[in-house]
Amino acid sequence: MGVALTKSAQWTAAGYGPTALEVTPLNEAILKEIIEFIENFLYNHPQEAEYVFAEPLEWKTNLEPSAFGSGYIVSETAVESKEVDNNGQPLLSLSVPHVQIRSFGQLSQFLFIAKDSKLKEAQLCVEANRNPVEKILGLDYNTIKEESSALRILEKLTKGDDPENEIKRKVAHLLYQLDLHLLNNSLKHISLEIRLNPVTVKNDIELLKRFSGKGEQTVLEFIEYTSDYEFSNGCRAPPWRQIHGEICYVLVKPHDADTLCLTCSSEGVFLNGGKTDDEGEINYERKSEVYKDLVTLLKDKSAKFSENMSRQELKFNEEHHKEVNQLSKTAKEEEAIPSNRSTSGSHRSTLEKNQINLVKSHMAKRLAPSLNWKATVDSKDRKSSFKEPQEEKHGRHEKTGTSFSHGRAQLIRKSVEKIEDIISDSSSESEEDEESPDHRQEANADLPSEYWQIQKLVKYLKGGNQTATVIALCSMKDFNLAQETCQLAIRDVGGLEVLINLLDTDEVKCKIGSLKILKEISHNSQIRRSIVDLGGLPIMVNILDSPHKSLKCLAAETIANVAKFRRARRVVRQYGGITKLVALLDCGQNSSEPAQLSLYETRDVEVARCGALALWSCSKSHTNKEAIRKAGGIPLLARLLKTSHENMLIPVVGTLQECASEENYRAAIKAERIIENLVKNLNSENEQLQEHCAMAIYQCAEDEETRDLVRLHGGLKPLASLLNNTDNKERLAAVTGAIWKCSISKENVTKFREYKAIETLVGLLTDQPEEVLINVVGALGECCQEYENRVIVRKCGGIQPLVNLLVGINQALLVNVTKAVGACAVEPESMAIIDRLDGVRLLWSLLKNPHPDVKASAAWALCPCIENAKVKSVC
Amino acid sequence: MNRKKLQKLTETLTKNCKHFNKSEVKCLIDLFYTLVGGITERQGTVVGLDRNAFRNILHTTFGMTDDMIMDRVFRGFDKDNDGCVTVSEWVYGLSLFLRGTLEEKMKYCFEVFDLNGDGFISKEEMFHMLKNSLLKQPSEEDPDEGIKDLVEITLKKMDRDHDGKLSFADYEQAVREETLLLEAFGPCLPDPKSQMEFETQVFKDPHEFNDM
Repeated sequence: MGVALTKSAQWTAAGYGPTALEVTPLNEAILKEIIEFIENFLYNHPQEAEYVFAEPLEWKTNLEPSAFGSGYIVSETAVESKEVDNNGQPLLSLSVPHVQIRSFGQLSQFLFIAKDSKLKEAQLCVEANRNPVEKILGLDYNTIKEESSALRILEKLTKGDDPENEIKRKVAHLLYQLDLHLLNNSLKHISLEIRLNPVTVKNDIELLKRFSGKGEQTVLEFIEYTSDYEFSNGCRAPPWRQIHGEICYVLVKPHDADTLCLTCSSEGVFLNGGKTDDEGEINYERKSEVYKDLVTLLKDKSAKFSENMSRQELKFNEEHHKEVNQLSKTAKEEEAIPSNRSTSGSHRSTLEKNQINLVKSHMAKRLAPSLNWKATVDSKDRKSSFKEPQEEKHGRHEKTGTSFSHGRAQLIRKSVEKIEDIISDSSSESEEDEESPDHRQEANADLPSEYWQIQKLVKYLKGGNQTATVIALCSMKDFNLAQETCQLAIRDVGGLEVLINLLDTDEVKCKIGSLKILKEISHNSQIRRSIVDLGGLPIMVNILDSPHKSLKCLAAETIANVAKFRRARRVVRQYGGITKLVALLDCGQNSSEPAQLSLYETRDVEVARCGALALWSCSKSHTNKEAIRKAGGIPLLARLLKTSHENMLIPVVGTLQECASEENYRAAIKAERIIENLVKNLNSENEQLQEHCAMAIYQCAEDEETRDLVRLHGGLKPLASLLNNTDNKERLAAVTGAIWKCSISKENVTKFREYKAIETLVGLLTDQPEEVLINVVGALGECCQEYENRVIVRKCGGIQPLVNLLVGINQALLVNVTKAVGACAVEPESMAIIDRLDGVRLLWSLLKNPHPDVKASAAWALCPCIENAKVKSVC
Repeated sequence: MNRKKLQKLTETLTKNCKHFNKSEVKCLIDLFYTLVGGITERQGTVVGLDRNAFRNILHTTFGMTDDMIMDRVFRGFDKDNDGCVTVSEWVYGLSLFLRGTLEEKMKYCFEVFDLNGDGFISKEEMFHMLKNSLLKQPSEEDPDEGIKDLVEITLKKMDRDHDGKLSFADYEQAVREETLLLEAFGPCLPDPKSQMEFETQVFKDPHEFNDM
């Protein structure tokens, strides 16, 4: 034990205060072994357990005297064991906070009493008794050198042979065994430790530097060395610290935490005491666990880092892999993860100007043997095989190839700028529509027949003139494009690139055909991502300017599908898509529509509808809402709202509803007299339209004037009647929400009472999803501010379900429920029911709710309860 | 040709032509005579554009490249099959060419594609029209394999009665479902861009003719 403790246990760097054991996995393991040894000592070696130590083990404990039970004489500040030695001295004595223990039996019991804190106690004990063996076996052994301690002890002990010595020998033997065991164990531990070296550390830091900078997308704000000077061995730590294995110190600022000062040492990376302000000196003491490398530490310290990293993982690893390969051969195992694919893939892309993306080239390579695929993938072959008439077409490929470059992982380019570009383009903040794992088919044998047919068509798309391309597009459209197999097949055989390339040509028919396919397959989230990665969005945004209405429509519809996640929405905005989409809304206004629609053309109304559809998707991002408003979208939406086409109204109201979360919009909605039309459309037959109208009213009716407008335009009656249809829960939630917000005005409540809405609301208090319940209860809370309504709620049996809801956990719901119950409690008769149902106690218990709003609302609700209770007692 | 006669011609053509108004017809007549080379009309001789002149127009103005298709377009214009496009054929032809309804265009295109005029587009005709539409892959054993496959794909898509050839009914149905198939076997109508350019260039200023 002695050897293990001195040799293996990691003590804090000497010189700072009392020595202490560092919290490392190794130390912890040693302590656990010791604890186990001592705990089992009593059972395994009952005789030796009674052996009285030469000197007591003494340390400051955190244990309270009250923790001790039978077998001890306990006073307020002291404890003595009933078990005593030959001289009548207790084997355990504790006078707060010092404890002295003189036998393994007592040690074992002590640890048993310490329960959860035994690790801490064991640590304190070991820290206070740097040489426990000496204390246990006696000062005689003080002189024994650690090197051969155990043997020497045994030697000494064998000289005498009285019974006490016999036991002593056994104890010594046991301790020796423990010591060996501990050493073996720690050896295993140490062998698992990964030794870092200056080169790997440097690579890590250099790499992270590239991915750092301002902005949400980077992994870190900055990372820098504390010292510019690099010694010839690659270390930056001062020589006297290099002795401790320390390599360098870095300052790291993650996005979501303070600047961290880290030590990179050969054992790993850990947090040090930080840089002292005045002299720039570093407090070298370790303040955290040791992590195996920089990335692991940062992942643990910064959630943002790990989030952004996981997004960059593949790229980072690829980069990493390359770097490490180039600069040193000492890459750690986990950095070697990127498969051959990524390296060979990126290698290919250097060779190929076309920059076929990694995944695809992988796929294509796999398919190469079966069809003459190589020729179509390898642009070099293709170039040579292309004949004169097709040169134009080939030029097209090239042109778009370069325009894609910013969206592609162009990892070969070393410039930091480029890499930053990639990050800002391809990573993003939390995205609603997270990437689902790729379900790529693994074996050729499993591929469905559609796969091969689609592959063939893509071949014709690539190598055909306009006529062949149109035929291939039309034929491709006949596949079931709603089916994921087909969607992914198109992507996997490189069809997406070709389809997007086609958008960049002058051939209207090819563009139309391509968009018709893209529009369908972009319902798939993986395809959406690929389209964005391939730079499809800017091209589609450009098409919005096309003179061909059908092209505009298709492009807008495809954008509507693709812009379902944040990064895509941002790209649309950055390329001026919002303004163009808003301009589409204006199309429906030109009355000078030609009577005779030319070929391939559609109507202006359709253009406006598609524009609204795309805006609806885009309006889910905050910045886009603002952009729509700035582009003058609100008056146009308001005008479109006057039409009677459901197809048009749904995206228009959907957009308005989405945007109404913004204060600016609510004001504009009021100013543009939009409420009137929203109310009108509540009477529509279409459930989706009703839902969005109700939702928009819900968003806007926080404003008093708006509430009045809803009433003046007769919106309350349709709302009340929509309550009776409870099948469509989304719509019900929207309708109840609108009713809730509207009922903040007293006049509206009166109307609702007229329409018997309150009774219906009470009926909705049970068996509804939470979103509905929150709104229903909210509405009742508002209604119950009036006496008559309170009576209605009580008479309809509304009190019981309300009180039942007090036991819920949804905070928004609890806020509303407490408010409603409080409103009911104003009336003595209702109060009686609440009391009977134990509602007061439930309210009382909600005062302990962690959410301050719930607490406050519960407290308010208790006021009338207390008042009414008083009345009762007076009576 | 005197002014009165010209006006009469304009009026007759305008009456018989659905898609152009009088001033547009006037513009087209003017253009026709410019192309023919002078408004001199001698009794007994037909003034018109011959095959080569017409093909040249198709190529330069409407960007058509396929010889066979251009020949077929010429035949489409040359209703009386006398080897030259007269002024009335010119105006009627362009009326369809530029402003025709889908029905008219379908009929026209089908006639263009039905090379032998038997009322069906056969596999052989398709092959003939599509033979230059794909890149020849030198690696392929049968260079025509791709074309044959493309013909099969087209038949599968358009041959509704499965008799191995396209009747007008097959064609019409397929085009109504997917307008893109109108020019399935080659561009025989002006593409929208050159059409627009042509129209803006020819119908420069309608007011200029108001006094006529």
